[in-house]
Amino acid sequence: MTPFLEITNGKNVPRDTVPHLDFDTFCDNALHIVKNGGKVVHFFAYEDQGTTKFLAVLRTDILLAAVCDAPDSYPSLTKTCEPFHMFEREIAEQFGIRPQGHPWLKMVRYHENMRKVPDVFNNDYTKEIPGNYPYYQVDGDEIHEVAVGPVHAGVIEPGHFRFNCIGERVLHLEIQLGYQHRGVENLFHKAAAKRLPILAENIAGDTTIGHGLCMAQAVEALASLQVDDGAKIIRTIALELERLANHIGDLGALCMDVAFQVPANYFGRIRGDFLNLSLLLCGNRFGKGLVRPGGVRFSLDDDVRKILDERIRELKPQVEHVLALIFGASTVRARFEGCGRVSKKDADHLGLVGPAGRASGLVYDARRCFPTEQYPHLTIGENAKPSGDVYDRARVRYDEVLQSIDIIQSLIDKPIDTLTVEGDIPVLPPSCFVVTVNEGWRGEISHALLTDETGGILRYKVKDPSFHNWNGLAMALRDTGISDFPLNNKSFNLSYCGFDL
Amino acid sequence: MLTIIKNRLEQGYRTCNYPKEKPAVFPRYRGRPLIQKTADPDMVKTCADACPQNAIDVEKKKIDMGRCIFCGTCERISKGEFVQFTGDFEISTATKADLVTDGNLPSLAQHAKQHFKKLFGRSLQLRQVSAAGCNACEADLNVLATPFFDLARFGINFVASPRHADAIVVTGPVSRNMKTALLQTYEAVPEPKAVIAVGSCTLTGGPFYESPEITPGLDTILPVDLFIPGCPPHPLTNLHGLLTFFK
Repeated sequence: MTPFLEITNGKNVPRDTVPHLDFDTFCDNALHIVKNGGKVVHFFAYEDQGTTKFLAVLRTDILLAAVCDAPDSYPSLTKTCEPFHMFEREIAEQFGIRPQGHPWLKMVRYHENMRKVPDVFNNDYTKEIPGNYPYYQVDGDEIHEVAVGPVHAGVIEPGHFRFNCIGERVLHLEIQLGYQHRGVENLFHKAAAKRLPILAENIAGDTTIGHGLCMAQAVEALASLQVDDGAKIIRTIALELERLANHIGDLGALCMDVAFQVPANYFGRIRGDFLNLSLLLCGNRFGKGLVRPGGVRFSLDDDVRKILDERIRELKPQVEHVLALIFGASTVRARFEGCGRVSKKDADHLGLVGPAGRASGLVYDARRCFPTEQYPHLTIGENAKPSGDVYDRARVRYDEVLQSIDIIQSLIDKPIDTLTVEGDIPVLPPSCFVVTVNEGWRGEISHALLTDETGGILRYKVKDPSFHNWNGLAMALRDTGISDFPLNNKSFNLSYCGFDL
Repeated sequence: MLTIIKNRLEQGYRTCNYPKEKPAVFPRYRGRPLIQKTADPDMVKTCADACPQNAIDVEKKKIDMGRCIFCGTCERISKGEFVQFTGDFEISTATKADLVTDGNLPSLAQHAKQHFKKLFGRSLQLRQVSAAGCNACEADLNVLATPFFDLARFGINFVASPRHADAIVVTGPVSRNMKTALLQTYEAVPEPKAVIAVGSCTLTGGPFYESPEITPGLDTILPVDLFIPGCPPHPLTNLHGLLTFFK
């Protein structure tokens, strides 16, 4: 029996009911759960009445949570259990708590800690930090390094990639991000309540609905707001439209990287058509302004429903034909197959989520395991693939594109009634805690919200799926030709801003 | 080969005829805000208080499109009696002051720098710098290269190196961690050069205003020539801004 408490996705948990364990029991049990197949959903610190606490939310087939007092330093969990790697680095940076013996204790986003205690990295943040730290190094006569970024050659986000190569072969890739850091979590702690939905929607613009939903569900759970069935359907449609636009864009971009320009251009255009369907719903191509605590700001009345239905009917065969073109081309298969393979064992070890995890055989999908909104009433396939290469990461998207179209069509075949809301943030109850989990197009998104004794936000923790998956990309590049980096990068298509916060 | 030809026929010709004709945008789109000067001051105050971006100037009865994220809160609260968001996507300006508006925007073409038209009117090469933000602005700049917008037909391209560029297009609120990289990219662009600020983050910090990690407006660190508002700006807003200012 674990002393961790079973919690429910999107349900209010009074903070005094969360088990407060002593530090050793907390660590021993967290390690036990994760080493036996559990995953880390959250592991973060917060300050409560002058003491610093750790809070872990772990996932098996249920969600488990516990709290403990945080020491100033402690033996690193990562030493024996890889999934804690980034979380421990994040805690070290945010709260100045050193995980002793962490195998690669390095900054994540280069900022002062929230407690104003001495910096774990001895940084002076009035000076320029990005780039000024050691990188992982490989020694040898013919070893060379390739450094890319933060400014890249395309219209994409900034990040630094450091390749250790022997000839064309990549031995190791280190991915160093943090350039997009905007201080999102601190804004959640300090900004006026009216800004909360806007902040959530702008954590990662391509995941507006995903993060917006996590935020809205958290507030709804704490303030006991009821969401009507129509709003749940509209939110589900919006989340699936987001998945469609991004997956289709990714498949197009993958074709571009293997010089198959024809479907790349078709899918480039079709992706825009799906973005326009979000605009049809709410006036914004990324769905900004749609999801709010309590429901949605825009109805899906019959006029809009009819246009949506017509457009999807028109687009569906086009999508199917372009998919057939891509996956029927031997040149595409020759480049995708066997490229950037991440084994199921490694994916499990790293805790990969979303399409990247499913491509390596991990069936986890929050829509099926912790369903919210309309998902309890939908059947979501497992979509797991055997080999974890670029081909399988593309195949997962292939499956999900067709499934998302079916889901949307099944939801819009009858009238959808909802009372629209303005999204005013209600007063939150004191000393509460909630975790929300949703399956965004990149995988598991989760927000955790803790309130203090007056109902103010004590801690707002955001986790984008990219926080788990960047190490998967690094793993995919091992022993892969450096010229295949762009292809692998697109096959993961991770978020820099969602990671950097 | 047959599949390729069949697909090609099905896809047809998809490029829009902008700027000759304006493509239709779905009615819920929120473009240029139009202010009713006669609106009840109490109503204006209510809108200003509810605005998550603090973008409404109660005294002057104006809205700052640099701060505004076009969420439509003020329009909904005032039921259109104070603010209405029109379907007009042609909202870029040549000065930051012009972003503070009652809905009557000065003609961008007339306020454009005429020597830029001469220099860059036939060929404009852009280097994009993503400097924090949420990646939506980048995404809607990227789509300009898709067949529907087909930016290249106007002689405008995004290039890989600042050395090949005539202008930089900046998105995001310029985080502390990206500032040096941005300034170095700007320096690497040969003179004469232009600076284009895209999206509310770049104009004023956008949704991240008051965060110590960001810059409250690109114009505080670089001389900005063209201001393109939106969260993110619609691709047609970007296209209008580029064509009107440079062509």
